[in-house]
Amino acid sequence: MPRNATKPEVSSPASADGGAASMAEPMLPAPYRIQRQRREAHDTFTLDLAAADGGRPPRFAPGQFNMLYLFGVGEVAISISGNPGTPETLQHTTRAVGSVTKAMEKLRAGDVIGVRGPFGTHWPTDHARGKDVVFVAGGIGLAPLRPAMYEILRNRAHYNKAVLLYGTRTPSDILFKRELKQWGGNFDVDVYVTVDRATGTWRGNVGVVTQLIRRSPFDPGNCVAMICGPEVMMKYAVDEFRRRGVDSQDIFLSMERNMKCAIGFCGHCQWGPNFVCKDGPVFRHTDIEHLLNVWEI
Amino acid sequence: MTPTGNEAMEPMLEQHPFLRGLSKEQLSALAQCAALSSYDMDDYVMRAGQPANHCHLIHKGQVAVTVHEPRRGHVVVQTVGEGGVLGWSWLVPPYRWCFDGHALQATETIALDGEKLRAAFDADCCLGYEMLKRFTQVFGERLHAARFQLLDVYKN
Ligand SMILES: Cc1cc2nc3c(=O)[nH]c(=O)nc-3n(C[C@H](O)[C@H](O)[C@H](O)COP(=O)(O)OP(=O)(O)OC[C@H]3O[C@@H](n4cnc5c(N)ncnc54)[C@H](O)[C@@H]3O)c2cc1C
Ligand code: FES
Repeated sequence: MPRNATKPEVSSPASADGGAASMAEPMLPAPYRIQRQRREAHDTFTLDLAAADGGRPPRFAPGQFNMLYLFGVGEVAISISGNPGTPETLQHTTRAVGSVTKAMEKLRAGDVIGVRGPFGTHWPTDHARGKDVVFVAGGIGLAPLRPAMYEILRNRAHYNKAVLLYGTRTPSDILFKRELKQWGGNFDVDVYVTVDRATGTWRGNVGVVTQLIRRSPFDPGNCVAMICGPEVMMKYAVDEFRRRGVDSQDIFLSMERNMKCAIGFCGHCQWGPNFVCKDGPVFRHTDIEHLLNVWEI
Repeated sequence: MTPTGNEAMEPMLEQHPFLRGLSKEQLSALAQCAALSSYDMDDYVMRAGQPANHCHLIHKGQVAVTVHEPRRGHVVVQTVGEGGVLGWSWLVPPYRWCFDGHALQATETIALDGEKLRAAFDADCCLGYEMLKRFTQVFGERLHAARFQLLDVYKN
C-alpha cells in the first residue's frame, strides 16, 4: 500500500461546489456565517457554519481539517466534526485553549469567520471495508473521528463490528453525549466510555482508555484501528493494539502540529520528512513509527 | 456476599482470561482454593484495612476500587470489570486491603482463598512462578495506568 494511501479520494475537496475557499486560491479564506453555537462541555463548543454567499460548503472526507480564521485575531487548524452525508452544514468542534480558540468561543449565531480548506489526508474508511473498525478517542479527539463514525453508520453493511473506545478526564468532559447514547443504544456500535476521574453520580468505567483495548470485542487479525487524542495516549494505544496482534499497517493516527499555510509551503508543520498538513493529519502507523518516540525532530 | 460451593469451578477458571493457558493440573490445584461469590449492587467486595483473605477474579459485573479521602469522600481509582482481577494484598504481608472495593452493579467473582493459594504456590513452584508472572503483569498495568492518570493527559 503506498504511503499516501489515506489521501482523499474525494475529487478536489474544496471544489466547484462554490461557496467556500476554492483550492485555486487555497490561502484565501471564504466567509462563513455561524448558524448555531452549541456547548458540548465547559470548554468545548461546536459551530454550525454556512457559506455566507449561500453556496454549498466543499465536500470533505472524514479526518480532514479546515483553517478557521477569526478576523483580527488569528487562524487555527480545526478538524471537521460533522456528517459527511449532510454536507450543507459545516461543523467544527473546538476546545478553547488559547488566544484564537478562546476568542472563537465568544462568537454567536450571525457572526462571520473565514474558512480555508478542507485539507489533509482522511481516515481509511475504504480500507476498513469488510473488517472490524475500532475507534479510540481521547478528549477532543472524538471530534475528528465523528465524521468517520457517521460514514460507517451510513454504510453499516460494509463493515463488521464497530467499536468506539472513548476516554475523557471527567464525566462532564464527555462530548456528543446524545450521539454516544444513540450509537450504543442501536446495538450497531459497541461504545465504551471511561473517565480518568469519576465525579458526581458516575457509575461507569474509571481508568485510562488504553485499558479498554485489551478487553474490547474485535478481531485483531481483521480490523482497522483509528486513533485520535493526546500524543502520549496514542502511543500507548498503539502498544495495546500491537500486543493484541493488530498489524501496524492497520493502525491509523491523527497527528497535530502547529500550522500556518496548511498547503505544504511554509514548513511550519514539518515532522521528520512529513508535512502534517498535507501528508497527514491521518497517518498510517507504519509510516510514522520511527518518529513517534523521538522527542525532538 | 453469598459464597457457594466450588464444584464446577474448573471450567469457570479455565474460561477466565487471567488463567488462560494454564494446564489441567494447575487449574485443578486452583479449583481447590476457589469459590463463587456474589455481591449486590453497592456491596463491598473488600474494605481498606480489613484482612485480605481473597483474590477475586471477576466473572460478571463491575467493581470500583476506591480510597477514602476525608475532604473528597470516596475517590474511585479505577474500575475492574468482567475478566479482570481484583486485589493482591493477600499475596504480601500484612495481608490487609489497601483499598475499598465497591460493587457498582450485581457482581459475581471467583474468590480464591489467599492462604490456600500461597500454600499451593509453595507446594508447586512452577504454578507459583507462573501465577506470579501473571500477577506481576497486572501490577505493571495498574502502575502504568496510575502514572498515566497522574499525567492528566487531557488537561489543557
Ligand atoms: C490538523 C489539526 C486538527 C485539529 N483539530 C482540532 C479540533 O478539531 N478541535 C480542537 O479543539 N483543536 C484542534 N486542533 C488543535 C488546534 O489547532 C489548537 O488548539 C489551536 O491551534 C490552538 O490555538 P489558540 O490560538 O487558541 O491557542 P494558542 O494561543 O496557540 O495556545 C495557547 C495554549 O494552549 C495550548 N495548546 C495549543 N494547542 C493545543 C492543543 N491542540 N491541545 C491542548 N493545548 C493546546 C498551548 O500549549 C498554549 O499553552 C487541531 C490541530 C491540528 C493541527
Ligand atoms: S502548515 Fe505550512 S507546510 Fe504545513
